[in-house]
Amino acid sequence: MLKYLIEKEFKVFVRNRFLPKLIFIFPVVIILLMPWAANLDIKNLKVAVVDEDLSSISSKLVTKIDASKYFMIECCCESYKEAKYLVDNGDIDIVIEIPQNFEKNIIKEGSDKVHLAINAVDAMRGSLGSLYLTEILSDFAVQQSISGDVSIINISTQTRYNPTMDYNKFMVPALIVMILTLLTGFLPALNIVSEKEIGTIEQINVTPVSKFTFVLSKLIPYWIIGFIILTILVILAWAVYNIYPVGSLLTFYLMASIFVIVMSGMGLVISNHSDTLQQAMFVMFFFVLIMILLAGLFTPVDSMPVWAQMIAAVNPMRYFIEIMRMIYLKGSSMLDFKWQIVILFGFALFFNSWAIVSYRKKN
Amino acid sequence: MKQFLIFFNKEFLHIFRDPRTILILLIIPAIQIILFGFALTSDIKNIDIAVFDQSHDASSRLIIPKLLNSPYFNVVASVDNMDEADKLLQSGETMAVIIFEKGLESDIMREGAGNVQIITDGSDPNTSNAVSRYLQAIVLTAQKELINIAPLQQMSLTNDRITILPEPNMLYNPLIKSSYSFVPGVMGLILMLICSMMTSISIVREKEEGTMDVLLVSPMKPLNIILAKSVPYLALSLINLATILLLSVFLLGVPITGSLFWLLIISIIFIFVALATGLLVSSLVSTQVAAMLMSGLVFMVPVMLLSGMIFPIDNMPFILRAIAQFIPAKWYIVAVKKLMIQGLPVSYVLTEMLILFAMAISFIFISLKAFKMRVS
Repeated sequence: MLKYLIEKEFKVFVRNRFLPKLIFIFPVVIILLMPWAANLDIKNLKVAVVDEDLSSISSKLVTKIDASKYFMIECCCESYKEAKYLVDNGDIDIVIEIPQNFEKNIIKEGSDKVHLAINAVDAMRGSLGSLYLTEILSDFAVQQSISGDVSIINISTQTRYNPTMDYNKFMVPALIVMILTLLTGFLPALNIVSEKEIGTIEQINVTPVSKFTFVLSKLIPYWIIGFIILTILVILAWAVYNIYPVGSLLTFYLMASIFVIVMSGMGLVISNHSDTLQQAMFVMFFFVLIMILLAGLFTPVDSMPVWAQMIAAVNPMRYFIEIMRMIYLKGSSMLDFKWQIVILFGFALFFNSWAIVSYRKKN
Repeated sequence: MKQFLIFFNKEFLHIFRDPRTILILLIIPAIQIILFGFALTSDIKNIDIAVFDQSHDASSRLIIPKLLNSPYFNVVASVDNMDEADKLLQSGETMAVIIFEKGLESDIMREGAGNVQIITDGSDPNTSNAVSRYLQAIVLTAQKELINIAPLQQMSLTNDRITILPEPNMLYNPLIKSSYSFVPGVMGLILMLICSMMTSISIVREKEEGTMDVLLVSPMKPLNIILAKSVPYLALSLINLATILLLSVFLLGVPITGSLFWLLIISIIFIFVALATGLLVSSLVSTQVAAMLMSGLVFMVPVMLLSGMIFPIDNMPFILRAIAQFIPAKWYIVAVKKLMIQGLPVSYVLTEMLILFAMAISFIFISLKAFKMRVS
């Protein structure tokens, strides 16, 4: 019985001229495009210099700033007012104003001030830009000092798991999670609700097909499609970005299947409680939005306020993203994320039992 | 006109009959603003770190309390060997480990410099970068105190040391709040979403259920049908706009520093662009699921990725920057940033306004054309 139902689902799926294309093309486009766009790297901040001193030391400073990978000197302005206009228009991120008598003060008194005006509309860019510039300035001061470096503590830093600080390595595992959620959580649920709305579900209800078989016949095609696409994504990420799981591929697929069961269960719960497609879509959209924002996708969960951390604690996506990043970047084994696995199992049990309890064949 | 009003009334009934949807439509903007404003801070706060103190001397004892007191870090573990430190990093329990090498104090005394090592988890490059820099800053501040401790004083030749003091002036956002950049982005996202998704779904539903054919053979003009379909969503979007602005001013403390009037004008132009996009989608697809996927994936994702709402456009490669120019939300967000946050007069946003206006006109034209073609 199940076999025929699944066959029917695949036929319906393939017959739709729009859906199959979108389902296959969208993830591919996203994985090819997104890492290029989703880049929070702070680099190439555009700088305007207002050099009122025009001395050899000020020009050395300007050269040093230009040499940094974080900054690009775009222009030298006559006055602060002129530079400020460029900042207002969004053409320039930072203005550096070197005051008159800068060289004289440095030589005579050993210190002077440099005025920085930073566009801080984007807080992260603004504050990191200011931090990097301050470092360059103090570096420059050390270089210009006669005594040279006087530090008594040598700090050596080491970055584990992602030594080149590649932002793609951070984003690709998260992208895979998002696409998997969409394919295996959303689509089967929408499919069931649309049968409800069109009325064909009543025809199924009067047949001897058990509710369990019916639900499975809806889920299995999307599970199969989900895993095909997951594999395509893994291959693409490896071929295009040279990003592949450092950990075991088997663990990767095992974890993905647990997550798929969680999301399908959640989708079913929503579909059981909705009468129209529109309702189901918006309820899902509502929850997925919160889940994505509170999953630590872009910013660490630790930095969030306590109430947000509490919501994040009941967010299955968060645990799965943690697992994915651990497998992809750190090559962790299942023991390292045993708690996340237990929690995901809990979610799977919770949503699927809720789905079974709330599903009614008779109305 | 009467016909139009009746139809218009019917559309409103459709919306109000489904309280769940309307509730979500009205709550989504509020939730987004709150989450983006409070939860999505890129600030470094309460990051879990571990300390591996091999030296146990005056120097490390001077630095460790500074780490404990720092608002940026939580020292959650103190480890005795490297294996433990590796384990903490591997399981993600701590983001960084700071290691004081054996004989830190005596190295400083004898050789003039001791060693401190910082290991960070680079999975999240920006956070790890910031964590590493903040840790270094704490150690360097402590170093200044160490230099002043008696035996070291003769070594420090700080007198001929040059200092350049930066005087940073954070323009437009003196408190450096993340919410300043998120609010314009959320405005662009929500307005685009509500208008385009809802309009396209409501038109396509009539198609899917077959009632569209009935409407088209009725004396109602197609233009009136479309208008009556979009006006309720225009109203909803205006309510959402008001919610977002009120919440951001009174809850997040993001002020409207520029002219409210022009902010509203440009928002209304943008809403028209979004409505026209919805109409366009509805003429391209024939099922509700397809309409949702189309407006959700084909329109929303580019808006989130390429409009500059989260990710700076300047960082993108040339092709993406070129594509971004065709995304209405990009221009809207730039204009809102200028008008609302930077407090610039309207003369600074003329380009953005013109482009949005041109987009609105051409989208409406194209979608009306496409709609009529389906009638025949």
